[in-house]
Amino acid sequence: MADEVILLDFWASMFGIRVRIALAEKGIKYEYKEQDLFNKSPLLLQMNPVHKKIPVLIHNGKSVCESSIIVQYIDEVWKDKAPLLPYDPYQRAQARFWADFIDKKMYDTSRKTWATKGEEQEAAKKEFIEVLKTLGGELGDKPFFGGDNFGYVDLCLIPYYCWFYSYETFGKFSVEAECPKFIAWVTRCLQRETVAKALPDEKKVFEFVSVLREKIRVE
Amino acid sequence: MSKGEVFLLDCWASPFCLRAKIALAEKGVEYEARAENLFGGKSDLLLKSNPIYKKVPVLLHDGKPLCESTIIVNYIDETWPSPPLLPSCAYERAKARFWADFIDKKVFDAVCNIWKSKGEVPETAKNEFIEILKQLEGALGEKDFFGGDSFGFVDVIAIPLTCWFYAVEKFGGFKVENECPKFSAWMNKCMQRDTVARTLPDPEKVYEFVITLRNMFGIE
Repeated sequence: MADEVILLDFWASMFGIRVRIALAEKGIKYEYKEQDLFNKSPLLLQMNPVHKKIPVLIHNGKSVCESSIIVQYIDEVWKDKAPLLPYDPYQRAQARFWADFIDKKMYDTSRKTWATKGEEQEAAKKEFIEVLKTLGGELGDKPFFGGDNFGYVDLCLIPYYCWFYSYETFGKFSVEAECPKFIAWVTRCLQRETVAKALPDEKKVFEFVSVLREKIRVE
Repeated sequence: MSKGEVFLLDCWASPFCLRAKIALAEKGVEYEARAENLFGGKSDLLLKSNPIYKKVPVLLHDGKPLCESTIIVNYIDETWPSPPLLPSCAYERAKARFWADFIDKKVFDAVCNIWKSKGEVPETAKNEFIEILKQLEGALGEKDFFGGDSFGFVDVIAIPLTCWFYAVEKFGGFKVENECPKFSAWMNKCMQRDTVARTLPDPEKVYEFVITLRNMFGIE
């Protein structure tokens, strides 16, 4: 029986991109359904009644929500190809820790670099750079967070990269100047076809963020 | 059953530490709990083992640190597989992780919003707390436990938070039993379990601890 896989997603969502990369890594055919987040579809509301958010993976009619959980599900179901999480339970716990750190720290901090101004924005920029430096510390001299191979933590983090141009432009700072090693890791990830294809154009994201800023009246 | 040396950096009232303790008890793993004085100064071991958050719990397995309670419980389940806490089916596992994540995002913050209130607890704080429990009742459905017939991962994640509910009820002027009887029934079923009953502190003691916290934060 062929698997039916549907992804409810939004093109610019860094959480949705995680799932797209995971599906691509595993070579899974799926139907992509773009969602209007300002006018949520009955399907989205039915499949994620608790949070009403994307991404949602619908596998043979059953929904899985929350991007980190979806990626782990994909890794477990399609386990014969391209493992994302390590085999060793301790390494797996470490991978989950860093994915959780990314979830706790990246979104709110990065959002403030474009959604706020003045002192609040300055504080957010400092904190954002600190977060990247902490992640850089964890990366160390490894090519990827997963070690020699692209893995779960790399996949959870790299989608943010298409938003960096927006953070840097509105926040007036340069990630490369502050964290060159981080950008070296980005470059390695982008050499991967699954990643390069999944990330939208950063200029398109910038246009989208500009519209969002107007909506929330930042200026 | 031995599989190396296990320590837990702990605080008796922390629902997050209690999760790890219940999981270890369920697996019959012997461990040593080391109490951290969170107000008097954190130990060098804690600061070295959890440099990112500097928080308890930290599980040390053969000297290797693990942080964040849900991740610790997951690790305990994978390292000592019997009896299993997470379901064997990938979809059910994803559902269990979803509800554990929901509990992590919502419950303790709602608990704190109530006991941290100055003066009368706002209706919004009470309603939000009750709404969250009602959503969990929805997830429970007609099952005995979140895990189904057996006590499992989500039950381990959720039950320790309930020893703070007495304090919440006292400050909020309501009873979980009246507002969410199904949830209350689930709490009672869990408390019949030896591993839970032996591990959870007396809610009255937690209430006294919360009063101490309120005094420390200058909340009247």
